[in-house]
Order: sequence, then C-alpha cells, then structure tokens
Amino acid sequence: MKIRLLDIAHSRSGDKGNRSNIGLIARKPADYWILVKYATAERVKEHFSAICLGKVERFELPNLNALNFLLHETLDGGGTLSLRADPQGKTLGTALLRMEIEVPE
Amino acid sequence: MIRIANGQGFWGDSPDAPLDQVRRGPIDYLTLDYLAEVTMSILQKQRSRDPQLGYARDFVEVVDRVLPDLVSKNIRLVANAGGLNPEACRRAVQAVAKRHGLEISVATVSGDDITDRIDELLDRGIEFRNMDTGEPLSVIRDQVRSASVYFGAFPIAQALAGGARIVITGRCADAALVLGPMIHEFGWKPDDWDRLASGIVAGHAIECGAQGSGGNCQVDWETIPALEDIGYPIVEAEPDGTFVVTKHAGTGGRVTVASVTEQLVYEIGDPKAYLTPDCGADFTSFHLSQDGADRVKFTGVRGTPATPTYKISISYAAGYRAIGSVAYAWPDAYRKARAGARIMAERVARLGLDFDAVHSELLGVNACHGIAAAEPSPELAAQLPEVVMRFGVRSKNRAAVDRFTKEIAPLVLSGPPSVTGLGSGRPKVEEVMAYWPALIPKSEVSPVVSL
Repeated sequence: MKIRLLDIAHSRSGDKGNRSNIGLIARKPADYWILVKYATAERVKEHFSAICLGKVERFELPNLNALNFLLHETLDGGGTLSLRADPQGKTLGTALLRMEIEVPE
Repeated sequence: MIRIANGQGFWGDSPDAPLDQVRRGPIDYLTLDYLAEVTMSILQKQRSRDPQLGYARDFVEVVDRVLPDLVSKNIRLVANAGGLNPEACRRAVQAVAKRHGLEISVATVSGDDITDRIDELLDRGIEFRNMDTGEPLSVIRDQVRSASVYFGAFPIAQALAGGARIVITGRCADAALVLGPMIHEFGWKPDDWDRLASGIVAGHAIECGAQGSGGNCQVDWETIPALEDIGYPIVEAEPDGTFVVTKHAGTGGRVTVASVTEQLVYEIGDPKAYLTPDCGADFTSFHLSQDGADRVKFTGVRGTPATPTYKISISYAAGYRAIGSVAYAWPDAYRKARAGARIMAERVARLGLDFDAVHSELLGVNACHGIAAAEPSPELAAQLPEVVMRFGVRSKNRAAVDRFTKEIAPLVLSGPPSVTGLGSGRPKVEEVMAYWPALIPKSEVSPVVSL
C-alpha cells in the first residue's frame, strides 16, 4: 500500500548554515517504526535531489517518535546568501511530507 | 519552582508579547532572544555607521513598557539584546529607568566580541577552520566584519547573583538565557551535567517564542485557538531539573506533546550531542507527558560534559544581491511566467557580467517545495489565476548586480502579456553577509560581567 508521509507524520524544518534540518514526527507512536523503516536517508536524499547537493544524515529520537534529517549543502549557500523565496528552508518540512512510501497492508 | 517566560523569539517578533508575559499571569523571569546570524550582520552595519549603536534598539522600547511591572512584581529580565554593543544598550536602558524615576541594577555580559583580536589569534596559530567545510579563515580574512563568541549561562547567573534586575548579554547560546536563571536560583554546579542539560532543553523549547506554544504547528492547526492572542511559552522549573512547558491561562495557542515536539526537533543536528558552552544535552534521553491542559512535562534529561571550546560566528562580506518579481495573470499564467523566467535568464546571460548565482522561481507553483512539488498538470496549470515570477542574482561585483536591477521593469512591456510589476521601481541592491562557524579554545576568551 502506498501512503504519503503526510498521512502519518508531521514535521518542522530550519537551517544550520547551508544545511537544512527536518524533524519528522509520527502522529501516532505506533507508526514510528514505519518512519524508521521507510523514511531512510537514501530516500530523503533522492526526494530532495534537485536542491540537496551534499549528503543526508538521519538521526533517531525514539523518545519523541521522531527522526531528524540533516540535509547538507541544501540552502543555496545559507539563509543570508540564498536567492530563494524560502532561504532558510522553513517549508522543506512539508516538502518532505509529500514523499510516498510503500508499506505493508 | 520558578517560572521563566520567553517574550521574544527573534528580533522582529511581537512587541506586545513581553508585556503579555509580565501582565497576564505570574512569572519570575522574562527572557528575550534577539540575536540570529542575520541580526548580527545588521547590528554590525549599524555600529560601523555609529559607534553608539550595534544593539537591538527595539529592546529599549520593550523595557520602557515592561519596566513598571518588572519592579512591582519583582520580575527579572534576561536578554541578549546587547548584540555587538551591550554597554551602549545598558546606557539606553538606564536612561529609560531614569525617565520612570526607578533605580534599577542593569548588568552586562560582554567579552564575546573578538572582532579586533582575530589577527592576534591567527598569529598564535588558531586557524578558525570552518566547522562545515574545514577551510581555514585565511580564505576570507579580508572580508571579515565581526566575530562573536557564544558564551554560556554561568555569566548570566553571576550577574543575577550580583543583584541585577536586568541582564543584557552580547552573543550567547540562546538557551543560556533560560539556563542562567536556573543556575542562579537552584545553585546548580558547573558539572551538574544532567541538570544543566535540563535547562538547555527547557531553553530550546521556548527560545523561538510562540513556535513552542502552538504557532507554526502542523497538527490540527485550524483548531488551535486564538492565534491572534497567542500565549508565548513559559517554563516552570524545579530544582531537580524536571520542568513543565506551559503558557498563561486565557491566552491563545496550544501546548501539547505534539506542538512542543515540533519545536524540540527544530534546528538541531545530532540529537545525542546538542552542544552548548555549558554542557551537551541528549535530546534522545528525556520523556514528555501531557500534564493537564496546555502543560507538557519533561523528565529524565541527560547531559554530557562541556567541551573545551566555544563556538564562534564570524560574519563576512560575501557580495551583493538583488531580487525582483512580476506577476502574470490568467490565461496561461504558468506558461507566461516560465517564458518570462527564460527571457530574463537569456538577457542576464547576454549582459556578460560576473554573477555568482542566478535564480528564478515561480511563486504559486513550486517556489517553496521546488522539484519535490510535481509540475502542475496541464489542467491545473491552465486554471492558475496568477503566477509570480521571482528572479534574483548574486555577485561580488556591485556594478553587475546594479545593472541587473534595470532588467526587470522592461520585461513588463517587452515580454509575455497581462503582467504587472510587484513593488515599486527597481529591486534594491543588498549587501550580503555570510557566516563562518568555527571553534576557539575556552582559555582564549573570558566573559566579562559588569554590574
């Protein structure tokens, strides 16, 4: 069954220099394992391939039912240099929620 | 138990929030966070024009409004409003107190501004390698405008112990504004790693203002009450390091495990090693629970020993940029905007000037999410009532950016039809500052507390 991360998670994103940080949080604790299993660093890198020029690191926060992604070289040089409408990547959190994953029925 | 309230998440946040925090319920401390990297570059520009400036001037107006309540309710105020000039900020605050006929003790924490010591430190072999790229500072030495050390919470605690009603710091870790009062009140020691980390986590939970109490919250956002009257977050801290995040009764917003968790994962890296000047905090260690309406309780925060270095942020001039926008209307708004972007790109290329970056995006289509947003289907594209085409350039050469600004307006008469310029006249050329994060041994700098 194909679902979007939007169906089971919420998020918040911010900036650290030229890196974007996206926290991805399971809406229900029982769904956290789905994020751990399917929202991999590789998938996230692929999802943001057009803007993420560096690596993607993933960290687990089981106490918060959350994952934290660090997307390197993603913010067009960083908040003050960027020419984008969203220079700090504040909306990249919801961009991640567009990602589709294939999960068991 | 003590109550520490945040009334400002960044410079530019609501001027009414600090007043609400002191008037709409009981608090012991009010903290105001003004400094972001982008703020430091603005302060640097202001100080270079006038040596009496370089601090957050809005803070002085806030003090003017909250001071009578601070005194009558015995509330103490901690703010990093000093920016690059805490002493000038203190003079301005004392002038306000005098106008109110109030005698108050105002302390400053300074010593963080090492702009004038860079060469001396470089000579002694401190390379200030960029924490992200590994490059030595020599690459951009000539462009450096300011360099600030992030100090911790102990100097703030020292100023409070000295009797300060108001503590004005320069650069410090944001969460230190909240940890400082806890150290002072509870007598926490420099190696109480778990409790210090509790204060850091508490500070992180409230340092971005209402973003910790229901603002910018995705979960059931439409049902979050009275965002026009949102209550900013408050920490109720216990001596053992446990704490509750809440807000004043009767205010808007929402404090739930979901809304607080969104703030906790904001702007963090490795959650096991959230490093601050005073300790490391392990964001995977603690437990959150809903402790009644609009109350979230934190227990079990674990900390790790402080590192031997401070983080510093060096701002440097990185050239100029300008960004202009035009709006295309139905019919074919999307195709017109795409054509406009292509025409601009070609005209800019023909100028033959030296641009470091050229960027266009279509607001109303995919500016926020970029390629993660699918291209609009032909049906949707045909229905779009309007699309904004935003086009920008960046260059080390100011003249090149200035020349670019003359290209936007002609597009209205010489490009695709049914179009209007946004804003008035040509785009402004802005000087761009960039940031160089680095480390410095703690032995090289010392915070200066002045009462």
